[in-house]
Amino acid sequence: MIQRFLYSQKAAPYVFVLPFVLVFLVFWLYPLASSVEMSFQKVMLGQSAQWVGFDNYAKLIDDSMFLKAVMNSVIYTVLTLIILIPFPMLFAVLINAKFMWGRELFKSVFFFPALTSVVVAGTIFRLMFGEMEGSLINSFLAMFGVEPVKFLKGHATGFVALLSLAAWRWMGVNILYFLAGLKNIPDDYYEAASIDGASTFQKLRFITIPLLKPTTIYVLTISIYAGMAMFVESLMLWNGNNSPQNIGLTIIGYLYRQGIEKNNLGFAATVGLVLLLVTMIINLTQLALSGLFRKES
Amino acid sequence: MESRIRLNKILLLVMFSLLSLLVLLPFYAIALASFKPGKELIRFGLNLQLDFSIMSLDNYVFLFSGQHDYFTWFANSMLLTILQVALTLITSAAVAYGFTAYDFKGKTPLFICVLMIMMVPFEILLLPLYRLIFNLGMMNTYSAIILPGIASASTIFFFRQYLLGVPREMIAAGRVDGASEYGIFLRLILPVMKPAFAAMGILNAMGSWNNLLWPFMVLSNSNKFTLPIGLKTLLTPYGNNYDLLVVGSFFSIIPIFILFVMFQRYFIDGMTAGAVKG
Repeated sequence: MIQRFLYSQKAAPYVFVLPFVLVFLVFWLYPLASSVEMSFQKVMLGQSAQWVGFDNYAKLIDDSMFLKAVMNSVIYTVLTLIILIPFPMLFAVLINAKFMWGRELFKSVFFFPALTSVVVAGTIFRLMFGEMEGSLINSFLAMFGVEPVKFLKGHATGFVALLSLAAWRWMGVNILYFLAGLKNIPDDYYEAASIDGASTFQKLRFITIPLLKPTTIYVLTISIYAGMAMFVESLMLWNGNNSPQNIGLTIIGYLYRQGIEKNNLGFAATVGLVLLLVTMIINLTQLALSGLFRKES
Repeated sequence: MESRIRLNKILLLVMFSLLSLLVLLPFYAIALASFKPGKELIRFGLNLQLDFSIMSLDNYVFLFSGQHDYFTWFANSMLLTILQVALTLITSAAVAYGFTAYDFKGKTPLFICVLMIMMVPFEILLLPLYRLIFNLGMMNTYSAIILPGIASASTIFFFRQYLLGVPREMIAAGRVDGASEYGIFLRLILPVMKPAFAAMGILNAMGSWNNLLWPFMVLSNSNKFTLPIGLKTLLTPYGNNYDLLVVGSFFSIIPIFILFVMFQRYFIDGMTAGAVKG
């Protein structure tokens, strides 16, 4: 009887999606809800929680360290966008050029860094940006007569290391995204433009860039996500969550510090919710930009 | 005109070759360092000096025959990656099939849930998930790493896109032949999903092999550590483990690298899966 029901066409779809429903409820919705609950509580791991009302939120608003973490995450995100959107787009257009040699080889080479883990890449960049005069970047700078720089001890130079790491790991992936986008642009458009006497630049400006918009929005969105949620890169580069004057502290870094290192889960949950709010706003903006609302309504 | 194209060709080639060198530089630096004693690294930093008098295979000898946990971590990572990928793929494929092959009550809201998961960075859930795992007594287990991601939203999404291209007549034909609903999925649908499995398999394997944060929070026994966690523990302020750190880091890239060379197309399919439709 039960077996016949389970094998019926009516029950089968529910059996198929059941694992998702379970995972969604237990490992997504419940944690999210408990995050909201925890933000109104004082919580230590393995102890019962106490309600504290809006204390965590009040503390968060006055918390200069949180502000610093937010600023770091925002600056990092904005800078990665400036580096990791226009350049990959340009490189993709060039790689895609009809007369390009060794296209496949370059595509593979640019993709290599994405194969490394943040742990390995972070370790390599930590060593490359070491403060000794013999360290890779410093020895390169020395050729131009620049004194050795203590990269990971200053705010601006620390960010140079952080952004180099991000650019190295993601440039090739973003090039692939843009190449996939370019494939969707019909050749006819360019031929028609050529007949009308359009210059290469005009074609780029009036055909390529506008028609790449969906790809650009996609890359923009995932880059903002990755940027705002960045933590492990900083953790590896500074070999821990404590950088000098917290120059490498990010929102998730702060969440980790408060929640895991200080066992202050309620406050940390509040930090997480702020990030959730930010990503929601980004999501809605993205949906609005890509015109999804218009299509569905 | 001919000569201008030729000039452009050469200019592009030079520019991309220089860029490639820049991209390969960190690999070269770590590969070179893997032949030098860790002491050198501490004293002079990571550099490009090709000094044969200090270079040797000592680090590799130590890697393969020294007293350390590296290959325990390596085996753990291998095991965890295989388990995680196999379970995630089969579960996500079933879910995606449920979403594409049937019309059922609650389908749209449920699929919106899939999209919602994709829109929230996992990091936000780190703490409540950590607490949940702690309360469930699942700390220090691989289940705690595998289960939360077993019905992976992005994998479900990709599989669904793929299955939308499979004609529904195939399912109808299966029913006519007397196959059960599950038999159709297992015997008719799974075989046609091979390319999709390859793309997502590789993407998930890469993510799993390289993942640090969540396993790092959940696992506490060194004999359960994965490679990224193990390597991270080698990065101490004293630098006493740099021999193993450098050679181990370099060596850990190799499995993924071999996979990439063998299945490059699927890497690219998997990586760009979101962008095409997104």
